[in-house]
Amino acid sequence: MKKRINPRHALVLAKRNLIKLVHTPEQFIDVTLQPVIFLVLFTYVFGGALGGGSQHSYLEFLLPGLLGQTIAMTSITIGQNLHADIDKGVFDRFRSLPIGRAVPLVGAVLAEFIRYAIVCAVTMAIGYLIGFRIATGPLELLAGLGLAICFAASFAWVSVFVGMTVRSAGAVQGVMFLLIFPLSFGSNTFVRVTTMPGWLQAFVNVNPLSHLVSAVRDLMLGGPAGPQIGWTFVWCAGLLAVFFPLALRAYIRRA
Amino acid sequence: MTDLAIEATGLTKSFGQTKALAGVDLAARRGTVLGVLGPNGAGKTTAVRILATLLRADGGTARVNGFDVRTQAAKVRESIGLTGQFASVDDDLTGTQNLVMIGQLLDLPKKAAQVRAAELLEWFELTEAAGKQAKNYSGGMRRRLDLAASLVGRPSVIFLDEPTTGLDPAKREDMWDVVRSLVSDGSTVLLTTQYLDEADALADEIIVIDHGRVIAHDTPHGLKRVVGGQRLTVHPIDPARYDDLVTVLDEIAQADGRAPEGDGRGSVTIQVDSDEVLPDVVARVRAAGIAVDEFSLHLPSLDEVFFTLTGTRSGQSHVAEEILS
Repeated sequence: MKKRINPRHALVLAKRNLIKLVHTPEQFIDVTLQPVIFLVLFTYVFGGALGGGSQHSYLEFLLPGLLGQTIAMTSITIGQNLHADIDKGVFDRFRSLPIGRAVPLVGAVLAEFIRYAIVCAVTMAIGYLIGFRIATGPLELLAGLGLAICFAASFAWVSVFVGMTVRSAGAVQGVMFLLIFPLSFGSNTFVRVTTMPGWLQAFVNVNPLSHLVSAVRDLMLGGPAGPQIGWTFVWCAGLLAVFFPLALRAYIRRA
Repeated sequence: MTDLAIEATGLTKSFGQTKALAGVDLAARRGTVLGVLGPNGAGKTTAVRILATLLRADGGTARVNGFDVRTQAAKVRESIGLTGQFASVDDDLTGTQNLVMIGQLLDLPKKAAQVRAAELLEWFELTEAAGKQAKNYSGGMRRRLDLAASLVGRPSVIFLDEPTTGLDPAKREDMWDVVRSLVSDGSTVLLTTQYLDEADALADEIIVIDHGRVIAHDTPHGLKRVVGGQRLTVHPIDPARYDDLVTVLDEIAQADGRAPEGDGRGSVTIQVDSDEVLPDVVARVRAAGIAVDEFSLHLPSLDEVFFTLTGTRSGQSHVAEEILS
């Protein structure tokens, strides 16, 4: 007899995770300081060389890409936190309650939305300060940020799965970094795909982060965003379809 | 519907090479306390985790409130409360937040969850600490909060896995009172313990398990008859009088065909059937002119129970089961 995921239960546990987050403010470094440092560094270090002498035009190109990279990187902590959390007694309590098995995991991912929102706000605010302006309107901006958040929430399940599988919290970071590094640099985040060798272009063009970055770019700077949005959703659905069941199974096995 | 709240037959469970349960049968009648007595690693925690649907047995069947723990786990979870050996409360949450969270997960409306939380906090004398994070609680307070958390949904079957291990004697008595009041409200309690006196004080029936097997199943009265009721321990002030003391106590013990036992630290212990022999013992010891500084009547320790039941000491056989599970 399976118990379905009750959204109210998930929200109750999301609140629990939020309380835990608030009590450890260092958990917010990767969504506050990191986007600031990356945006400023990449803009002024590479902007001159890569933007054809114009840091401003590179910033326009870079910001949507960095948003994708940073929001993907935020997923590392959820795997680490769950890994540390699950061995505590309170998960025994959750398992003995008449709630859906996946609810504690879903609650943890829901709580991450606050961190995603912070990444978006910080990135846009710093971008604005150093000269980034959207060329479209507020609706497109919100659509772009929403798409990034949607991708992050799907990608988080990879981290949850890794967190349920590896033996230490430190290993979560190692494995996730190994995944995210090629995805973020092997994409159109920092330079145009046309400058890369053909074999790399092949990878970059199917890379989910490339689709997300292209879609966000088109939404913020104006462009035919439709197909890229579509591909991003396909990737989100694919990640969820594969990693949600895997994570759940690993979680149940760990009990 | 039977009148059994908990029933298990032939439960087996292995962790790798370690056989934690090797065919355990147990049953608890509705509204009673079943005491599960055994040393560390005997399989007590494994049995509780299987009955509470946290762990799947390799073999055997178990029903709680008539529902199969394997195929009707969700139904079982609706009516059980579990207090583990390690307090399962959330350290970052306050006492109130912990209990309200459980209430909401049990589908109480927020208001009702808050009322229930306040009620339980008061019962367990945690009202003052209600707004503090559980990480700042003492060990005893965490235990109480943990027990409170398992009672939020007014469960009809409650599993208490060594609820008093590590508590000081006064807190232990408080915990016993809680168990008694739960049962008087109609709940069924399965309590694991390492102490015969605890099982004796609370349980209607006791099973003794060792190495994943039930080696005795009886009422506290029946079990005490088998393991020889109470022990009287006497310690002479002057070690030189030890042999004289043994002689005196031997005369009393002889009547039942039992011999006094030394503990290697200068104390002598004999089995007595009731405290009626006390005046006689006091009189004889005094007549022999032996001054004593310890004169105590107690139930046999777990070690003594095991020695009587199995002929071997329990202490050496600890398996890693409690750690594994």
